[in-house]
Amino acid sequence: MNTATLFGLCGAILIGLGLYGALTHPQPLRKLIAFNLLGSGIFLVFGAIARRGAWGTVGGDPVPQALVITAIVVAFAATAMAVALLERILKEGGQTTLDPDAPAGVITERRDR
Amino acid sequence: MSLTYVLEVVLAVLVLGAAVWTIVARSAFSSAVGFVSYGLLLSLVWVQLAAVDVALTEAAIGSGLTGVLLLSAAATLRATEGTSGTGPGLAMRVAAAICCGFVTVAVAAVVLTLPEPSPTLAPEVVAALPATGVGNPVTGVLMAFRALDTLLEKVVLVLALIGVWSFAPDRYWGGHPGLSHRLSADGVLPFFARTLPPLGVLLGIHLMWTGADAPGGAFQGGTVLAAMWLLVMMAGVRDAPAIRERWLRLALVSGPVVFLAVGLVGMLAAGAFLAYPVAIAKPLILLIEVPMLLTIALALGLLVAGPPERTAQSL
Repeated sequence: MNTATLFGLCGAILIGLGLYGALTHPQPLRKLIAFNLLGSGIFLVFGAIARRGAWGTVGGDPVPQALVITAIVVAFAATAMAVALLERILKEGGQTTLDPDAPAGVITERRDR
Repeated sequence: MSLTYVLEVVLAVLVLGAAVWTIVARSAFSSAVGFVSYGLLLSLVWVQLAAVDVALTEAAIGSGLTGVLLLSAAATLRATEGTSGTGPGLAMRVAAAICCGFVTVAVAAVVLTLPEPSPTLAPEVVAALPATGVGNPVTGVLMAFRALDTLLEKVVLVLALIGVWSFAPDRYWGGHPGLSHRLSADGVLPFFARTLPPLGVLLGIHLMWTGADAPGGAFQGGTVLAAMWLLVMMAGVRDAPAIRERWLRLALVSGPVVFLAVGLVGMLAAGAFLAYPVAIAKPLILLIEVPMLLTIALALGLLVAGPPERTAQSL
């Protein structure tokens, strides 16, 4: 098994792990972390494919590599937005649960009106 | 079996171990700590995959900035951890694990049956690279061959920042992001915040400049600048700017605006949107990269800083 295949399979396992975490964790922040894991697994599979595209002195296909750089930045921007949304939900309702049957938390008074 | 290969297998095991930890850790804070170490290990994997540019981005943004964001969110949300419910029962968990296992097996099967020889655009990139005046093929792809992606990504950064700001309560709109500014003036953090930034700014600009011919570029350089700015804000040496400041907003959009302007000029001068006349391709790429560095540094820093939490008047 060469380097590209090894880390490609590593990426496949990360995708499964991240997906499992995103599906089963009750806490939204944990889902977010798991979702980032899932994303980086996909990037890694992409990186393995790029590595297989090595040609001459170039160690890997630069096109997928450039796309992964863009993807990492966009994933960060989306994560930042999700975190800001969670913190606002916390301020509004005193909790961040996604469970519709969960007992209502301490609803703090809305102070911004 | 060579020593490098053994090290690669060990690295893969460590990455998977850190990943499992982020999933099974009891508290969100330990999970976030696990995610930071996972990101750093992953950047070593990128080096092994001959993608040093990606490794720098992963270490700086995937691990560093995302880590700061997740750690502070975990601290803020700590009190809610007990109230999120217990999640699905055992049967559902097993079912989910089986389904996720299928996904992994399917992706693994694809990885194992990839075509040989692998299709690659590397020869085309290497052949066309001299026309751009850039020596690093990844920078060539980002700034010339796939410039549209890079332009749109700048737009995504600005849009995400508008999204983050829009989560502010109405009364704080236009105010200062809520980074801590209560620290004493002579702690360890303010000391670092005074001594590191001059070097960090130099390093950030160097990374952008050297990215033309060596690993690096505006993304990596911009992240270093953002990190330095965050250090200054978090240590309380300088307050975060009010988001209604006109200079801030102009600087934020300068990257995409200059990029777009050069792209439109390319329609007239070189016959296609985002095409550069070959004779001045390198100066044009630099003209785009400098405001882009500014936009990336400001947007990344402000994305971590979060929505405004104080009015513009109160300090």
